[in-house]
Amino acid sequence: MRTRAFQKIYTRIDNITKATCTLRAEGVANDEMAFVDGRPAQVVKIAGDRVTLQVFPGTGGISTDSEVVFTGAPPTVKVGDALKGRFFDAYGHPIDGGPEVDGEVREIGGPSVNPVRRKQPSELIATGIAGIDLNNTLVTGQKIPFFADADQPYNQVMATVALRAQADVIVLGGMGMSNDDYLYYRNLFESAGASDRIVAFMNTTENPPVERLLVPDMCLTAAEWFATEQKKKVLVLLSDMTLYADALSIVSNRMDQIPSKDSMPGSLYSDLAKIYEKAVQFPDGGSITIIAVTTLSGGDITHAVPDNTGYITEGQLYLRRDTDIAKVIIDPFRSLSRLKQLVIGKKTREDHAAVMNAAIRLYADAANAKTKLENGFELTDYDRRALGFAKDYSAALLAIDVNIGVEKMLDTGWELFGRYFSKDEVGVKQELMTRYWKGE
Amino acid sequence: MATTGKVTGIVSNLVTVEVDGPVGQNEICYISLGEDRLMAEVIKVTGKLASVQVFESTRGLSVGCPVEFAGHMLEVTLGPGMLSRNYDGLQNDLDAMTGVFLKRGEYTPALDPDRKWHFVPLAKVGDKVRCADWLGSVKEGWIDHKIMVPFDYEGEGTIEKIAAEGDYPASGEIAVLRDAQGNSRSVSMTMKWAVKREIRGYRSKPRPFKVMETGVRTIDTLNPIAEGGTGFIPGPFGCGKTVLQHALAKNAGADLIVMVACGERANEVVEIFTEFPELDDPRTGRKLMERTIIVCNTSNMPVASREASVYTGMTLAEYYRMMGLKVLLLADSTSRWAQALREMSNRMEELPGPDAFPMDLSAVVSQFYSRAGYVELRNGASGSITFIGTVSPAGGNLKEPVTESTQKAARCFYALSQARADSKRYPAVDPIDSYSKYLEYPEVIRWFDENVEPGWVDKVLKMKDLLLRGKEAKDQINILGDDGVPVEYHVAANKAEVVDFVVLQQDAFDEVDASCPMGRQRYMVDLVLEICDAEYRFDGFEEVGGWFRKLINLMRQMNYQLFDSDKFKAAEADLRSLVAERRAV
Repeated sequence: MRTRAFQKIYTRIDNITKATCTLRAEGVANDEMAFVDGRPAQVVKIAGDRVTLQVFPGTGGISTDSEVVFTGAPPTVKVGDALKGRFFDAYGHPIDGGPEVDGEVREIGGPSVNPVRRKQPSELIATGIAGIDLNNTLVTGQKIPFFADADQPYNQVMATVALRAQADVIVLGGMGMSNDDYLYYRNLFESAGASDRIVAFMNTTENPPVERLLVPDMCLTAAEWFATEQKKKVLVLLSDMTLYADALSIVSNRMDQIPSKDSMPGSLYSDLAKIYEKAVQFPDGGSITIIAVTTLSGGDITHAVPDNTGYITEGQLYLRRDTDIAKVIIDPFRSLSRLKQLVIGKKTREDHAAVMNAAIRLYADAANAKTKLENGFELTDYDRRALGFAKDYSAALLAIDVNIGVEKMLDTGWELFGRYFSKDEVGVKQELMTRYWKGE
Repeated sequence: MATTGKVTGIVSNLVTVEVDGPVGQNEICYISLGEDRLMAEVIKVTGKLASVQVFESTRGLSVGCPVEFAGHMLEVTLGPGMLSRNYDGLQNDLDAMTGVFLKRGEYTPALDPDRKWHFVPLAKVGDKVRCADWLGSVKEGWIDHKIMVPFDYEGEGTIEKIAAEGDYPASGEIAVLRDAQGNSRSVSMTMKWAVKREIRGYRSKPRPFKVMETGVRTIDTLNPIAEGGTGFIPGPFGCGKTVLQHALAKNAGADLIVMVACGERANEVVEIFTEFPELDDPRTGRKLMERTIIVCNTSNMPVASREASVYTGMTLAEYYRMMGLKVLLLADSTSRWAQALREMSNRMEELPGPDAFPMDLSAVVSQFYSRAGYVELRNGASGSITFIGTVSPAGGNLKEPVTESTQKAARCFYALSQARADSKRYPAVDPIDSYSKYLEYPEVIRWFDENVEPGWVDKVLKMKDLLLRGKEAKDQINILGDDGVPVEYHVAANKAEVVDFVVLQQDAFDEVDASCPMGRQRYMVDLVLEICDAEYRFDGFEEVGGWFRKLINLMRQMNYQLFDSDKFKAAEADLRSLVAERRAV
């Protein structure tokens, strides 16, 4: 993205808005990168000889006689093994004090995988967290976000998942991440000895918001290189996609587009899908799995960002604080992994689905009992047992500090069933009952 | 000479072209960018400027790129060899493309023109024919694929020449027709058709009168869809829209399934690619893939071809309908198509309607749904397209333009409920909000009387009442408390649970329960009604829930067993003795 010799330099800008500027230029290609007064910019509209540029760092201080040069190429990133262990900004320049990397130059935001060339995901990602492995099993090639309120420890949970998931390469994309969280990730990965498999592209709150728009494509182009050229299992972490969408709405607003729901651009669904659909299981072993964060405002999932995200991703994970056990748990009701059917009972024990469903149903009964209790009604014996079960289930399986294997999770489930309920009440297929029932 | 032009402006995939000759609305053109030719469709003409939506990424396009106009609208190639194919929204054969990634400007033929088919003539020299009349037949997999007079053939013609039985290539001449003016036209096994025009040429389109069996109890029993009918499934994400659609694709009693994956997840399509070639079609004993055509434009594929994909799917379905086949067309999700319309309308700076959707959304949706239907052909055969689309309402709120527009057009409404999904009651079709207008059709009621059981629809309505009464009782219990209401309320609430657990809920992932034939549905409905009609003795509300839970458990065991098997009968025997314990005489 550097200027070359003998390039035409334009010095007359006609229009300047907060995020864009317009000038007369010829031979310019759509999506091409340019520099306006040395600042990176991208062509977003061409009408005859009038070209509109989106200036990533903002247009403050740009004047009508600032120099504009076009690079003749769309945005690119350098990919290669040299990326590992390094932290970059949204343009791919190092921010860790190290030297520029050498590598193959690739266009970002490249073409999609032909759907018939994809392979059906079938490899389980074990995290040790039962709220995920037991109830919402993750699979390679999946895309799934955490829907979390700003005060919930989503970055910590995501980091735990990343470290336990045994991915070959972890690509972290920070969008509007606070400097503290950026340092948290950096220190955690260093102290866990995982630095050599981490690549990070960071846009922190200190950087201009529009730059964020480049981060997911940077991450995913790098991830694609590792997954196709080296057949690696790549895990991409994106935090936070709501702030990415905010940047989209800023740009569309400056472009005078008619906003749709929640002031978001009408193309929000396609914009988000283009990112999330990069998650893929390639037939020759490489894969890209995306775990993202979508922060909610006051838990509202009908807002355009979580809503569109939910329609794109393969499930979502919710965190909730369970006051009965004073711990954060993975909410079993609202969380969902759509790809779990591909592995549960196939890559795990045959009783997995039955235990999962029965436990959640009984936990729901406990929730009803709780409502009754709160409304001052008397509890039946069943209600009281359900409440007891819920507390143990929450502590032993749902809490995010759990770290056990899937078999142990299933055994724990049967133990709890036997402790609190009769066979009828658990209501699992007879064949499984005979084999695994631990009660009387 | 064909019209040409040059690019003068670009905003995302909306490109303006200055043209040097006549240009038509919806005409197809190709923009040259280096070696690539990018396909685009005219959506607006202002003087010498045509606005075109490009079906590909416009990255790298610049002012001055040459454009050639094709002289026709977006069209598909129809002929033998489409079955089991995986097409993109523009009918490119995805399997024929090279490489793992989609290449811009790579267009692959929909059919193999050189493949030979065994043709058996159905008409003879001298026969008078009109458009869509059957000339002959070839075996495409297990179906008799009819070779028809081209749909654009005007008036009546006479067969001047027709091939004798034998093997011919798809693109070779199969017949020659002479019209009233004496002009001869050569006909092959393939033809082109513009996707936005309905294929007519049938005799009549009567009201649907039979039911399309889907194997899904909550549809077949509670809110059946007619063969040739229309329905839609709105629901928030995570409520099982896609699982339900896949269940329909697997089990529905149709000859042919056209599945349009419109702007949805690629992995869902991969699931079909992976599973359908392995799964057996219970009707033919062949693989499910052999009766399926997939039109796939996933959410990361170019937005403009999303709109094309639903029309392509409909046109393929119409083509097979003209052969006298029962076609089921599924589109997931029509909201993505509406959003594609919104994106373009927005870039063209049109005045927006509600939620920034184009003003004519409702008209576009209705016009599309109206292309489904049951038709009688001129030769006495009949064919049908049953269409079920999903809608993804923003925020799960059904008061939004796409849902409202669709509600005006579709006759069955399968509302997926978040509350049911949260309590894992799948399929999460809300039994009270959902409806099927076909239950009111006298001809459908008669069909049920004759083909399922006399008085069937009354039984269905009775079950709906049980559900409604149960819901009311439950609300009362929640307000007044368990001991604040008479025991009868608890019984009513639990009877509704019996209907819910035994009839409504169905395990799409269980081998046996996944598909429930009509005969079995009738048996279980009769059993459920027999149980719910009876009175039971309870000494207090504490006894009610536990007893019904046992009862439900036994009936669910029945659902999981092969119909009429020993285990099925054993569970039923247990059930009957349980019922006898408390039954009031």
